[in-house]
Amino acid sequence: MGDDASMRRFIGRDLVLGECPARACVELRGDPDDASFVRAVRTVTDLPLPLDPGRSAAGLLASILWLGPDRWLVCSDTQAGSDLAASLRAALAAIACAVVDVGAARIVYAVGGSNARAVLAKGCSLDLHERKFPLGHCAQTLLAKAPVLVHLSGAEPTFEIHVARSLRDYAWAWLRAAASEYAAEADDA
Amino acid sequence: MLRIACPWCGARDETEFGYGGEAHVALPADAAQLSDAAWAEYLFMRSNPKGRHRERWVHTHGCRRWFNVVRDTTTERIFAVYLAGSPPAQLPDEPA
Repeated sequence: MGDDASMRRFIGRDLVLGECPARACVELRGDPDDASFVRAVRTVTDLPLPLDPGRSAAGLLASILWLGPDRWLVCSDTQAGSDLAASLRAALAAIACAVVDVGAARIVYAVGGSNARAVLAKGCSLDLHERKFPLGHCAQTLLAKAPVLVHLSGAEPTFEIHVARSLRDYAWAWLRAAASEYAAEADDA
Repeated sequence: MLRIACPWCGARDETEFGYGGEAHVALPADAAQLSDAAWAEYLFMRSNPKGRHRERWVHTHGCRRWFNVVRDTTTERIFAVYLAGSPPAQLPDEPA
């Protein structure tokens, strides 16, 4: 958790790659047509459940990313995953749903700067242009054959790439190679 | 490579999807009473058309949802995409 010395970082021309500190991620399944489910999630996260495909909601306490018509990822940088899962479970105790702490299974890379889209385009078939993929959108897709969750979290732009922890080295090696043409100075080779 | 329009996520590359064979193959209501031949018919026999085929796909690397597609097996053209559990999609140029 938060071991900054081992964090990966690369700074290039109009491009920053980096590994985000460990983040609480809880996968949530439930019926979006059940008003009590939506309400209970709101009491814990203070966020409306995003119901449209590829949308997300972000607040001070947490963010919620749409994964499927009945599946969401609740992320938080301020709470531990076990605490977040416990508070969701408590609020959803009487409602048919599933709450699973999946934070340990994944890591998050940030790809930021005006060259970020060009780097991701080398391995991702999604159109990430701001017209098609505006701020706050998220999508599960393949990046260099690796299953990822892409989330445009900042307007700079900053893309957050959630990837399985087992693919941490692979994804970083690919990102570094894709970014090499933008190299200016590197503090991690 | 096919481009398949997931009903939730929109058009994506075929590599994100898994194929599930012919759609609308229903489990017989009296499955326990079936003869071996009838059971084999249900398990193994498919229409295998040359032309339009109603088939199942799953968006494995996206929303993980199953849905149905009408695809022409000779031209690979996709005519329609519709939700799993709904009746076979009827195309405008097909007899009802």
